[in-house]
This record gives sequence, C-alpha cells and structure tokens, in this order.
Amino acid sequence: MRVPANLVSPRARWYWAVRALPGWLLILATEVVVWLARSAPSAAHPVVLALTVALAGAHLIVMPQWRYRVHRWEITDTAVYTQSGWFTQERRIAPISRVQTVDTERGPFEQLFRLANVTVTTASAAGPLKIHGLAADTAAALVDDLTVRTRTAGGDGT
Amino acid sequence: MSTALSETGVAADTGWRRLSPRMLLVHPIIELGRFVPALLGLFVAGSGGGGWSVAGFVGAGVVVAFALLRWVMTRYRITPEQIQLRRGLLRRTTIAAPIDRVRTVDVTAHLLHRVLGLAKVVIGTGTSDRKGRGRLVLDGLGADAASRLRAELLHRGQHLDTVDAVTPSAPVEYEIARLNRAWIRYAPFTLSGALTGLALLGFASRLNNEGGLHLSRLGPLRALGDQLRRTSLGLDIAVIVVFVVVFVAVASTIGYVLAFWNFRLTRHSGGTLHVTRGLITSRATSIEQRRLHGAEISEALLLRCVGAARCLSIATGLRVGRGAERGGELLLPPAPRAEVLRVAADVLGTATPFVVPLRSHGPAARRRRLTRAILGAMVVVGLDGALCWLTHASPYVWIASLVLPIAAVPLGMDRYRSLGHALADGFVVACFGSLIRRRSALSCDGIIGWNLKSTYFQRRLGLTTLTATTAAGKQHYDIYDVAETDAVGFAEQAVPGLISQFGRHR
Repeated sequence: MRVPANLVSPRARWYWAVRALPGWLLILATEVVVWLARSAPSAAHPVVLALTVALAGAHLIVMPQWRYRVHRWEITDTAVYTQSGWFTQERRIAPISRVQTVDTERGPFEQLFRLANVTVTTASAAGPLKIHGLAADTAAALVDDLTVRTRTAGGDGT
Repeated sequence: MSTALSETGVAADTGWRRLSPRMLLVHPIIELGRFVPALLGLFVAGSGGGGWSVAGFVGAGVVVAFALLRWVMTRYRITPEQIQLRRGLLRRTTIAAPIDRVRTVDVTAHLLHRVLGLAKVVIGTGTSDRKGRGRLVLDGLGADAASRLRAELLHRGQHLDTVDAVTPSAPVEYEIARLNRAWIRYAPFTLSGALTGLALLGFASRLNNEGGLHLSRLGPLRALGDQLRRTSLGLDIAVIVVFVVVFVAVASTIGYVLAFWNFRLTRHSGGTLHVTRGLITSRATSIEQRRLHGAEISEALLLRCVGAARCLSIATGLRVGRGAERGGELLLPPAPRAEVLRVAADVLGTATPFVVPLRSHGPAARRRRLTRAILGAMVVVGLDGALCWLTHASPYVWIASLVLPIAAVPLGMDRYRSLGHALADGFVVACFGSLIRRRSALSCDGIIGWNLKSTYFQRRLGLTTLTATTAAGKQHYDIYDVAETDAVGFAEQAVPGLISQFGRHR
C-alpha cells in the first residue's frame, strides 16, 4: 500500500514543536522549583534537569521532522485517505459516500502559523479522519472540494 | 437523527400529552432512595451533627420538588412525521425525532414501575445517541400504552395518528430462544457477583464515612475480627478465600436470575428482533433486522472452561450498555456453546461466520503476544518490588509476584491462539483475547472504512492492526497484528474497490 499523495504544510513542523514546548517548560519549571525549595540540594537535581533538557531537545527536534514525513493526505473521487502519527502511525480510509461532516478548526497555535486542521467524520465514532497542519488556504479549498463531492455522492451515510 | 428545535420551530401546538400521573409517586421515592446511605447513618448512629442533618433533609426536599416539577414540565406528542418531547424547567427544549429514523425502542420497568403498572420507553434514533444525546426518554407511560407505542413505532403502517387510535394487527412472532433453567448452572462462572461485592464494600465505606457508622464496632463483625486474630494465618487465608468464592458464586447466581429470568428472543414478522428479560426489572428491547449488522460471541475464561458463551448483537442505534453488554444488546445470556452458535446462526441467517476456520497471524504475531504478556507482567513485578522496598514490606510479597511472568507465557500463547480473521458469507470475522475471547462477525455492508494502525515495534515486524469502522455496536472491530500485505488484501476482499486505489500500482 502506498502513502497518500500530499504532504502537509512545511510550517506544520514549527507548529508541532511550539505546541509541544509548554509541556516541557512546565516539567522543567517544576524541577527547578523543587531544586530551589530543597534546603539541602543534592547532586541528583542538576543531573535530572540536564537529562530533561536533553530529552526535551531531542523530542522537539526529532518529533516534528518525523511527523512531517508521516502526515499525508489524499482525496480521490471515491475516498479520503489520511496518514498521521509518528511513533504510532495510523492510516485511515473512508469512502466519500459515507462522509457525514467536514469541519475545519484553527487553534491559537495554528493561527500563529496560518495553519488549519480538517476533520472528516463518518457515521462511525471510531473513524474521524483528521488532517493536521494544513496551510489555511489549502484547508479551505479542501473543504469546498469535499463538500461538492459528498453532495454528489448522496445517501444518508449510515 | 434527532434535532433540537426551538420552541417556535414546532408548527401546530396541539396534541401534547403528559406522562402517566402515577409517576408522581415514583419520582419522590427514587430521589429519596439516593439519600438512603446518609439517612440510614443518621438514624442508626444518631450522630453526624444537627446542622448537617437539617441541610440533608432540606436538600432531599428540594430534589423531590424538582423531580415533581420535571413531570409537570414534560410533555410529548406523536405527529405523523415526528415524535416530539418537550422538557426542561429553566431551559425549555423540544427534541424532535423523525418517525422514519426510529431504530430501536426499549421498554423497561423497574420494581416501582411494575407495582404501579408503568414502563419507561427509550427511543433510539441512530448514531447520535451513542453518547446519550438526542435519545428520547419517556419515563413513565402506562404499561399498555408503552407496549402499544413500541409496536407502532417499529411496525409502523401508513397511518399513525395517535398512540391510542390504532391497534396493531397481531404480529406473527417466532421464538428463537428462551431461557432454559439448566443454564443457571453457568451463573457462578460469570463472576458478575464480584461487582456486587465491590458495590457492597463501597456502600459500607459510605456508611462508615458519611453516616458516621463504625462497622468495626458492630458486635458480630468485631467478634469475627477477634476470631481471625486468634487463628493462624494459613487458616485465615483459607477461610477468607472460601468466603469470597461462596459469596461471588451466590451473588452471581442471584444476578443471573434477576437479569435473565423470562429471557426470550423472538423474531416478528414486522422485521424486528425482540429481547425481553428480567425478574424484577423487566426489559424489552427491539432491534430492527435491517439495523442488525452482525453478532459477537464472547467467552470469558471461566465460561470457556465450562463450555459456555454469550451472544451479543452488533446493531446501529442501540443504547450503549455497560459491562458485559458494552457494544451491543445481549442476544443470549451465558448458555451452552452449541446453543449460542445456533442462535447466532439464526439471527445472522448463516452459520458459517462462527464455525469457519480462521486464518492465523503467524510467528511474528505470536512473538509479539508473548513479549507483550511477559513485559506487562515484568512491569507489575517491578512496581511491586519498588513498593516493597519503599514500605519495607516482607520480601516474600515480591517473591510471590515472580509467578506472574511465568503465568504470562500460557496467557500469551492463548492470546495468540485466539487471534484470527476470516471472510465468510459476506461477514468479516475477527477473533482475539484470552481472559475474554471475542469472536465478532460484522457484515461487509456495515463497514464504513478502514484504519490501519501500527506502532514502531509492529512496523519492524511488518505487522499492523486492521480496524473496520462501522456505525454499529462498538463502532470499530479490530484485527490485531496481521501482516500488512494480508491486511490490505483482506480489506480489498471485504469491501472491493475502496483500498485498492491506494495500492502500490496506480
């Protein structure tokens, strides 16, 4: 099975890195506070802190690149096909005739990088297809395209 | 699909009816029932502080008053096109469901309902009710009106004016299965009584905390505690184990009888399956045959040892059950395997999905099942070791946990033996699990799309988890650890033309 034809926007790499940053900052801040609050600081604290920084750095560098290579999408006349994830990867295929709704969403970080994500839902609660990190105008065009295609497909999708 | 309409969106404002007035008796009793643990504590122990108890009574009064007001504000009506339900005190909402979208109608009656000749009607209208939203609940119709409403909604003719006007022509009913009393022998193996035990423990701790009742000071319990302290540890463990086993067995049997007494599965000429059951709380569920997309046979380990299994439906629009019924309505309670196979074959119209030999997933899948089982056990051993070290507990506690990785080997092997998939008579058959082995048959028509999920480790072995997504039952049916090429070929066979366009060669 081949991968879907289209890559997402290259800006998505920055978006993924920035989105992962607050979590790491929170962990680092907690470690620093614990370190400073101790009356008798041990040598373990700077070691743990250095390890965390190294881990965070590796995650923030590797994860977005890896994700960018994996995240792909494709729309054909009869189906929507997406691939997402990095360590755990998932490919989802849904026929156009079973598509029920097409939503776009732009979170604060996504707006920062002029990105949007598109969610295609079917009647199954297990099968929403999400395409993250699309350029905003690509997403808009994609939604229009899908709306036309699903309208011509007809049926109630269950 | 049901839609919430604004008040003005409903055209003519006539024909609204109330729920049965006898519900005015039911509501206060139910609401007060929730306060029982606290009240019991007050009366038995007589402690807990004066101000607190007054607040409790005022709270109970307010809750009861709200329950009564809810009855006053709830009305429903049935027009030729829609069922409409109007409810809410501060925020008035009208829920309307098109009659032709009604997929299931449940009629349940708990003890109070039955004493007063009432029943609750729950009308399911498709996928939106998966999270309970948009379900129409008519709590409290007369039992006759409820069953008439059910018959009419499911076998609707061309004319449906009001609930009472039309009496349905007597439908032809054909019985597929009914409870055989000999099946009650399987009840202890369901272990459902263990949940009852946990619930009782929870109730006791609430009595302890909220009610201020100290169970350890009660005479018989204290005597028991003293007795246990005098005897040796080995004897204590034996006594407790015997007690737990007997309790679980008895409670499971009671639970089985309460839930499945009068169990009947029938097929109506109108194209529906009917399940009725229950000793004290009676339940009647109807599943439209065209909404039925398959069936699942589940065998918990103990049930499997005694040759029993249960059968669940895979249908759209059913309310989502709990525990053993998660993912579908029960089509047969724990019963002999042969009987379960017969019922499943009758319901699906073909016997092959549950007897066809399954394609196994190969050595890579076996290795993965084994590693996962053993690693899982090692994690528990590690945590146990850390806990022992931190709490300075006896090292024997840790040594005892070393038995887990050894027990994990047969578990992993059995999990691998269960794994399998097949395509039979237009059904996708998938089987997995050891502690609970489930074999599901989902009709290819019911499949919406495919998900292929693989972790880094799975990709290294060339394996993937193929998931068929559907609007029915659990919404997704998984085939674990299948070779990727096999997965793609299988998906193409099941739903031709969908996955092939993404094959290697355009």
